[in-house]
Amino acid sequence: MTIAVIDYGMGNLHSVAKALEHVTHENVVVTSDPRAIRGASRLVLPGQGAIRDCMGELERSELRGLVSELLDAQQKPLLGICVGQQMLFEHSDENGGIDCLGFLPGRVRHFGQQLVGPDGERLKVPHMGWNRVAQHHAHPLWQGIDDGARFYFVHSYYVDAASPDDVFGSTHYAGVEAHVATGRGCVFAVQFHPEKSARDGLQLLENFVNWAP
Amino acid sequence: MTLAKRIIPCLDVDAGRVVKGVNFVGIRDAGDPVEIAKRYNQQGADEITFLDITASHEDRGTTVEMVERIAGEVFIPLTVGGGIRRCEDIRTMLNAGADKISINTAAVTHPDFVREAAERFGSQCIVVAIDAKRVSAEGEPPRWEIFTHGGRRPTGLDAVEWARKMVDYGAGELLLTSMDRDGTKVGFDLGVTRAISDAVEVPVIASGGVGNLDHLVAGVKEGGADAVLAASIFHFGEYTIPDAKRYMAEHGIEMRL
Repeated sequence: MTIAVIDYGMGNLHSVAKALEHVTHENVVVTSDPRAIRGASRLVLPGQGAIRDCMGELERSELRGLVSELLDAQQKPLLGICVGQQMLFEHSDENGGIDCLGFLPGRVRHFGQQLVGPDGERLKVPHMGWNRVAQHHAHPLWQGIDDGARFYFVHSYYVDAASPDDVFGSTHYAGVEAHVATGRGCVFAVQFHPEKSARDGLQLLENFVNWAP
Repeated sequence: MTLAKRIIPCLDVDAGRVVKGVNFVGIRDAGDPVEIAKRYNQQGADEITFLDITASHEDRGTTVEMVERIAGEVFIPLTVGGGIRRCEDIRTMLNAGADKISINTAAVTHPDFVREAAERFGSQCIVVAIDAKRVSAEGEPPRWEIFTHGGRRPTGLDAVEWARKMVDYGAGELLLTSMDRDGTKVGFDLGVTRAISDAVEVPVIASGGVGNLDHLVAGVKEGGADAVLAASIFHFGEYTIPDAKRYMAEHGIEMRL
């Protein structure tokens, strides 16, 4: 049993790997090797930074086709994190508009600029810090986690999923409902960082490791 | 508005030990950064900041090892700063398990380093530390300047303009320390905190001068800070993180309790 954190050259994957190692005795590898990825029993698709760079690096590392194939095959659980969630959708408005993997219908939008909250305070973008996640549907990955629990976020763009069936959790910020937990079949993807979200984040990772869709 | 304001305990680490009087006697030594980080994590700290103030270059290896050990046990965001001058330094700390990197002096001496770092690693992990000091006299319109070398060396840079510039260059967050207030326990400089928080789109962490819990409340409510950083009030055991969070929540501030 091996959990592969897919390394396509974007961002800091050490935190994710360390947190997974904390919740499981299974082998955790950070890898860009297609054979290791195919051979793994579970996959984590992380992502940090701009979506153009993430999609570009996925392409350049020749892993885009493999990731799409594995998403469609629906044979092993995959957890998307942060830009790894956004990439699963059809299109992102970031960087002037970028087509993504299109595994789930919907698009990725910007929170907006010069935002002001109800109390007159300036709303900061990126949306950074601990915010509540309302659970829409029951899901094995929510086991042991309270509805409305807080998770750690850092992002300026958010997922607006087209199908309510794909939405497992949302967070309100800057007047929008961001679909921060989405999935279908054996894919689950979150905008927040479970690896940085203390007890509830570790619980979600442990649930992922034990998930048998 | 359900996004919580953050409390960030800060560990000033010299050659592998937390300094700034963690002991009640007020002697400089301190404690093991890993143990202290774990304690704050258990208490519900929202993030931890680790500032390497190690003077000698040889002891830098200890810092990397400390960061690795903290990151292996503490699963909340970890910011590491102190002596970050090159992209290689950032890479080393990210590999060790840091989530964000704080750039201080190098941002002043080589502003393009901030741009380069943000392009290479993403704005989400680049924090620019701003050390500001009030330079206007009483009765004059308030003005703050950037100082380096622990507040001893003026740069002539206007703090608010500098903050805007650093955000343009890609800083994802600002760590604002009032050098007049640092260590005084009389409270944040709310003027500069408000001026910078209103001037930029990114979150601002207020630092320098915290002596009691009312200061934390004022930092958010009057200063407009998104997060408050403190060291000695927590190290000394005067207050715990839950004390601070409860107090802030009682004053109408959204907190993660």
